[in-house]
Amino acid sequence: MSTTTPVPASSDVAHLDFDIHPKDFTHWRLEVDGDVARLVMAVQEDKGQRDDYVLKLNSYDLGVDIELASALNFVRFAHPQVRCLVITGALDRVFCSGANIMMLRSSTHAFKVNFCKYTNETRLGIEDASEHGHFHSLAALNGTASGGGYELALACDKILLVDDRSSAVSFPELPLLGVLPGTGGLTRLVDKRKVRRDLSDVFSSIAEGIKGKRAVQWDLVDRVAPLSKFDEATTEEARALADTLPELPAEQAVEPDGARPVFREDGIDYDHVRFDIDAAARTAELTVTLPENAGPKNAAEAHAAGNAWWPLAAFRQLDDALLHLRLEYADIGTVSLHTRGDPAVMLAIDELLESEQDHWFVREVRNVIRRVLKRLDVTSRSFFAIVDENSAFAGTLLELALAADRSYVLNDPDMPVQLGVSVMNGGAYPMGNGLSRLESRFLGAPERVGEILAKPGLMDAETADEMGLATSAPDSIDWEDELRLALEERASFSPDALTGMESNLRFAGPETMETKIFGRLSAWQNWIFQRPNAVGESGALKCYGTPDRPAFSYERT
Amino acid sequence: MTTIDYESKIPNNVELSSDKRLQRALEHWLPQYLQWWHEMGPTDFETKDVYLRTAISVDSDGWAQFGHVKMPDYRWGIFLAEGNKDRKIPFGDHMGEDAWQQVPGEYRNWLRRVIVTQADTEPASVEQQRLLAHTAPSLYDMRNLFQVNVEEGRHLWAMVYLLHTYFGKDGREEAEELLERRSGNPDHPRILGTFNEPCRSWLDFFCFTMFTDRDGKFQLLSLAESGFDPLARTCRFMLTEEAHHMFVGQTGVGRVVQRACEVMKEVGRDPKAVREQGAIDLPTLQRYVNFWVSSSNDLYGAEVSSNSANYFGASLKGRAWEEKKYDDHTALEQSKDIETWDGKTLSHEEVPLRNAMNEVLREEYIEDNQKGINYWNRIIKEQGVDFELRLPNRRFNRNIGMYAGYRFDLDGKPIDEAAWKAGESAWLPTEDDRVYIDSLMVKVTEPGKFASWIAPPPKGINGNPLDFEYVRL
Repeated sequence: MSTTTPVPASSDVAHLDFDIHPKDFTHWRLEVDGDVARLVMAVQEDKGQRDDYVLKLNSYDLGVDIELASALNFVRFAHPQVRCLVITGALDRVFCSGANIMMLRSSTHAFKVNFCKYTNETRLGIEDASEHGHFHSLAALNGTASGGGYELALACDKILLVDDRSSAVSFPELPLLGVLPGTGGLTRLVDKRKVRRDLSDVFSSIAEGIKGKRAVQWDLVDRVAPLSKFDEATTEEARALADTLPELPAEQAVEPDGARPVFREDGIDYDHVRFDIDAAARTAELTVTLPENAGPKNAAEAHAAGNAWWPLAAFRQLDDALLHLRLEYADIGTVSLHTRGDPAVMLAIDELLESEQDHWFVREVRNVIRRVLKRLDVTSRSFFAIVDENSAFAGTLLELALAADRSYVLNDPDMPVQLGVSVMNGGAYPMGNGLSRLESRFLGAPERVGEILAKPGLMDAETADEMGLATSAPDSIDWEDELRLALEERASFSPDALTGMESNLRFAGPETMETKIFGRLSAWQNWIFQRPNAVGESGALKCYGTPDRPAFSYERT
Repeated sequence: MTTIDYESKIPNNVELSSDKRLQRALEHWLPQYLQWWHEMGPTDFETKDVYLRTAISVDSDGWAQFGHVKMPDYRWGIFLAEGNKDRKIPFGDHMGEDAWQQVPGEYRNWLRRVIVTQADTEPASVEQQRLLAHTAPSLYDMRNLFQVNVEEGRHLWAMVYLLHTYFGKDGREEAEELLERRSGNPDHPRILGTFNEPCRSWLDFFCFTMFTDRDGKFQLLSLAESGFDPLARTCRFMLTEEAHHMFVGQTGVGRVVQRACEVMKEVGRDPKAVREQGAIDLPTLQRYVNFWVSSSNDLYGAEVSSNSANYFGASLKGRAWEEKKYDDHTALEQSKDIETWDGKTLSHEEVPLRNAMNEVLREEYIEDNQKGINYWNRIIKEQGVDFELRLPNRRFNRNIGMYAGYRFDLDGKPIDEAAWKAGESAWLPTEDDRVYIDSLMVKVTEPGKFASWIAPPPKGINGNPLDFEYVRL
């Protein structure tokens, strides 16, 4: 049976803050020197999110990871000249010992899953910055990196490990905890670093890990350096990584200023996004509103607008709303997606996003949108896009409808609805499977993608329905009732089965490292997290750190 | 082809001459060990004859054979205390099962970690002490230093024997790395902090053998209970040698105390006046005690520990005197009241006993230390001097565990940084102390003579007189 978390549907609950300025960091230090930034992990043991665990040995909880994600976001926008991010630790002999076990043990299943999802997204964000952004990353492991600590390193482009004859990289999850290195670790070993599967098997069975030369031989790390030469080697590797990217002019920074949520009893307000919950129905509405007009006409003006530029501001707010939804509103299972405004405005903004994509700021804004849409893709709630009067599912905002599990389009000549297609629907925001949402949608009719993209601009409901963009297109007489029934039916289904079904249907097509991490590794991990061998009275995770030792049921399933 | 005549070179009771696997491992390792000894041991005295005790068997006649020998020719043996075929595992989840004669697969990695951590301390102390013979206060003391050194070397052998015999290729690699890590080496230091502290003077050496080797005693005591029988038997034999190391420390400091008291009776208790007579004043000695006690307290690890629970539960590492001293050997239902510190206030908490095993061992250790302190205070009292040495509170000057990163005075009272700064020079050796102690470190090589800062021992070694030529220079 799944555990339910009490849902704080009111404002008396302390809400998480997902945007933290580096000057307010508790657990990390961000030091920027020219085109190299150093992010130093220095976890404050007694400043965990809850007080029933101690963050020993640079272990992390959600609070630590939120700062990591904030730091990445900060470097993206506030330090556009940075070309290499070095991630290292402040402790002696220990780089990072992974997610805090006592925290996991005392967390609900729902929290564990969402914690892991968030940390996975953060690590993918490191790779995203390397692939699409302006910096590469180096893990400078100044001590042992175990579990999530090594998984964090695996997300970096290169791994440097200190060779003091003691420090190792390790995955102790299987032998020690009876669970998996579930933050991408197993997948990245064989898919990204392409470590041989048999060696990966041995490595993942040894709690203390592999150190020194053998770690290099097995390609678990790229290089080892003795203690006395470690700083030098770090500098050298950071320089080499930085130099593979084009030098960036010292541009004016845009310090991210956060989503600025305003919480109320039944939802959250942002400048461009509203989140309205109906606690009794266990549903919510998520509404994104376009500005009156497109605003900036070129990259310079967009850059000048900075945080206030609509696509950046709106998608940050959408991102923040999704995170609050996941972590604070566990039993809100069905979310309808709404857009408001003039779709022509969206298409105008898209034109700028496309034509000025060589400008670093515009590119980083596109990166934000792509990541937020991916966050939506892997959010385990039912999403229904509601394309009604005054909605604006065009271009970038059409992606919301394409990301949704279903889209309901009002098709009534008296209440005209307009959808729109822009070049941004042609691959600017690939999903985790590497395909655009249109391509994923029309795997069985690939020619349809080209047909749709060949008609940039606005289209009416009828056309949208013909083109396959509507799941259902009722007229105004049926509209209300059909929506009500759809939502009520959805809310009545088993939430576990829905999560399983949705994540199977959303990611058709090719497998990538990313889809394997969410679809295979995470799913297996979540299964193991529920099994008696992990969390039963004598489960390994339950027993860890207690006087009791695990007793397994040896039956294979 | 075997190139080493094992039986004559390596006294043992592990049937080395018929153990092909062990021979193959040693063939590779032995030259590296001798090279390590040559580089990191008391190299400058390699050619000298030293009056050493060698163990050639584990029975009462064989474990202490005395004679002059050059250290590189010392016969480092491999000995396990006599075994008992019917031994049962005395504690933990496997209590009552037959003791393991082979490593159980499920605990292979834990056991290897336990053994490597213990093994790493043995060569470390040799390295820390390698230059001390140049400033030995007498031939008697120089010989004791060398005795400690060769026995630490033998303890390394004992642990390497286990790695070679029971852990395959991994074990052989770990054995090599034991020789690659070096005390205080900036690139590959020893695993535990205390074993990277320089042993700069003979006062440090005596404190080290008194306090740090005593940690070794308690670690060995807890491993001597292990369900893995070869480890238990190895450690039991090592304990007989470890006792001598603590004897060197306890009596060494005792003789420093004795000498200080003799001088104090003449010139009074002003440390300056005591120093003018070339003795070590008791407040300075107390500061050295404070340093080494606090550093050694760290060796037991965190107060509440998952590892300690794991090791006990898995029947790998028990408590000291587990079989003799305790009734309940599962330690499952019991809890222990331990002190807690959250950075602001001290309080108490009940924690499951298994998780508190580090603290249980540390408490035994502290109690044992107190006996040593009492012994020195008796010397002071017998001399009619009004002074008392003391143990610093366990919270003082810690780098590992819950007190690490916070300031406490000698009584364990939490203090702020300003109070620490004000008190530090009274509590821990100052550079001035070290310079003074260094100035005393002059080699005395005439048989029967002793440096000004230390009293002669009451008797010599193995019935020999004090002016016996313990080292032929």
